[in-house]
Amino acid sequence: MFDILQSIVPTALFYSAPLIFTALGGVFSERSGVVNIGLEGLMVMGAFVGIVFNLTFADVLGAWTPWVSIIAATVVGAIFSIVHAVASITFRSDQTISGVAINMLALGLGVYLTKLWYGKGQTDMVQQPFYTTDIPLLSEIPIIGPIFFQGVYVTSYLAIIIAFIAWYVLYKTSFGLRLRAVGEHPMAADTNGINVYKMRYIGVILSGALGGLGGSVFALTIVSNFSHSTIVGQGFMALAAVIFGKWHPLGAMGAALFFGLAQSLSVVSAGVPLLADVPQVYLLIAPYVLTILALAGFIGRAEAPKASGIPYIKGNR
Amino acid sequence: MFFKVNSILLIIILNYGGSFMMKKSKIFLLFALVLGLGIFLAACGTSSSDKNTDKKDSASGSEAEVKDFGIAMVTDQGGVDDKSFNQSAWEGLQEFGEANGLTKGNGIDFAQSNGQADFMPNITRLVRDEYDVILATGFLLKEDIQKAAKQFPDSNFAIVDETVDAPNAASLGFAEHQGSFLVGVAAAHKSETGKLGFVGGIDSPLIQKFEAGFIAGAKSVNPDITVDVQYAEHFSDAAKGKLIASNMYDNGIDVIYHAAGGTGNGVFNQAKDIKQNDPERQIWVIGVDRDQHEEGQIGDNNVTLTSMVKRVDVAVKELANLAKDGKFPGGEKLEFGIEEDGIAVTTTNEEAMTEDIIKSVDEWQEKILNGEVEVPKTREELEAFEESL
Repeated sequence: MFDILQSIVPTALFYSAPLIFTALGGVFSERSGVVNIGLEGLMVMGAFVGIVFNLTFADVLGAWTPWVSIIAATVVGAIFSIVHAVASITFRSDQTISGVAINMLALGLGVYLTKLWYGKGQTDMVQQPFYTTDIPLLSEIPIIGPIFFQGVYVTSYLAIIIAFIAWYVLYKTSFGLRLRAVGEHPMAADTNGINVYKMRYIGVILSGALGGLGGSVFALTIVSNFSHSTIVGQGFMALAAVIFGKWHPLGAMGAALFFGLAQSLSVVSAGVPLLADVPQVYLLIAPYVLTILALAGFIGRAEAPKASGIPYIKGNR
Repeated sequence: MFFKVNSILLIIILNYGGSFMMKKSKIFLLFALVLGLGIFLAACGTSSSDKNTDKKDSASGSEAEVKDFGIAMVTDQGGVDDKSFNQSAWEGLQEFGEANGLTKGNGIDFAQSNGQADFMPNITRLVRDEYDVILATGFLLKEDIQKAAKQFPDSNFAIVDETVDAPNAASLGFAEHQGSFLVGVAAAHKSETGKLGFVGGIDSPLIQKFEAGFIAGAKSVNPDITVDVQYAEHFSDAAKGKLIASNMYDNGIDVIYHAAGGTGNGVFNQAKDIKQNDPERQIWVIGVDRDQHEEGQIGDNNVTLTSMVKRVDVAVKELANLAKDGKFPGGEKLEFGIEEDGIAVTTTNEEAMTEDIIKSVDEWQEKILNGEVEVPKTREELEAFEESL
């Protein structure tokens, strides 16, 4: 049992980390009232920037390269998401369409620039990715240490910490209250003197930053290069985590961790007595089935922010 | 392709935005500029390649009439420097050209595809330029070649690594089971734990050929060796590859053979991560299709034991020679194995591939060549093979 946990937990953690980051981005955007199905594209952008930055500056920055790379990806992700913000907030275009545009634009741009700069369909593998480490002190705790804190990526814990910060910001600060108000009832918020457009811009840009961060963490912990198939559906999984987590930061984090656990279990299951009899496919589809059930109202009520998806027009009733 | 769809979407968005132009003309202008830049970039991509092809068109168009034989290839996504099938195929054509006094645009040529939408126009252009044989690299082009073969019955077509059923099309396949058998031999010698792993892309007859060959090779050396077989059910899910590899290495497996394309990146990633934390630990990955030595480099160590290489260049050259002599194998499926030099096992990692291992691999290769060993291609054949051990 101990051995099994020790192989399941770290793998579930590294699988979940990018999903957590991106799902938190989704939470911020949707809470402010803007549907963001462009998460996939934001992850692609993050992965692209993370890898290119890493390849370019590995010689200069040494061991710090991956950290600086994910910061660069975060910034570029934030900037890139402004396209979505402008289209869906200022010009009130259909949020789903501009989200799809983000997905396509990011992939097209990423692959195009890769071909332009490197002359081939995929980049080389980075020399400075993230490596697993033992977390000092914590890894020496008996039983818990080896399971949770040995051979893990620091980024996994960064994701969990940021989830708690996101929860604090959204639920314990006046900024968070305003952001949620704008997503629930923008007119009421407007009457109270909250700048709806500004709050929504902040929500979308935060989702871009976190999406870019998630994409770059995915690329630098798991894939190590960039190609058209680096990000294949992780953004949509993150979106599923947002819904399954009921638009709550900690819920989204839990959902992402659960997705990682299901993936990890499907691989490890062959060696686990009870699970060995369960066909792999059930474990693989479990996250998606549960998301659908959550949406259909079987597992509590998954209720989206009321104004999510509706452009706000000042003075309109 | 993406750009075209993009432009349409952007136009839709622009129209939406258009109604607000009066009020917010400045912001709108900025927004339009950003989007316009995107379209401009897309236009750049196509126009520059158009220019190239135009040049090629005029050159090859006039030359093709002078020369009596011409062969050209259409790449799948990626250029002729992709370090993979496209590059290998183009190298084969260039060698053929050198031997026969043909140069690029003058008897041999390639048309680069930047996406699936480019396949058919490229094929049609090469047909129009009267190339005798039009070669396609990779399974992505299967349907287009099938269609083209029907549409242009007077031209000859060929596809690498896939099967096309038409009287004027040849299919170039490889004896992957033989190569997999040999890397299985190497893995069995290298393994200290007696446990090997196999990571497949999608559970299909093609990948089962790799699986059967690998297991047969390993068990021929050591009948007690165990091979854990896992399929990611995806060819580009690196995360799944990493999960599987992590679990395998945790369970004491020390050599993993992957036949999983991009999913295999995750296997390399995991192996390198373990090596980074514990350079003394002896774990290995076996690459596939091309020499994946570079992928395995971590500091001064390299986790790539060897790679099972498909020599696309050899197959292409052979096909070109057949066609030149008027013996184009239309409607046939050619298989390139060890005998035809179509399969190779790399020895780039000199430290890992010791002389003993290479010697043993050579011995088994000899046995396959002289028919002493019949390498299984399917799971049924593998069972029979294991019983006969």
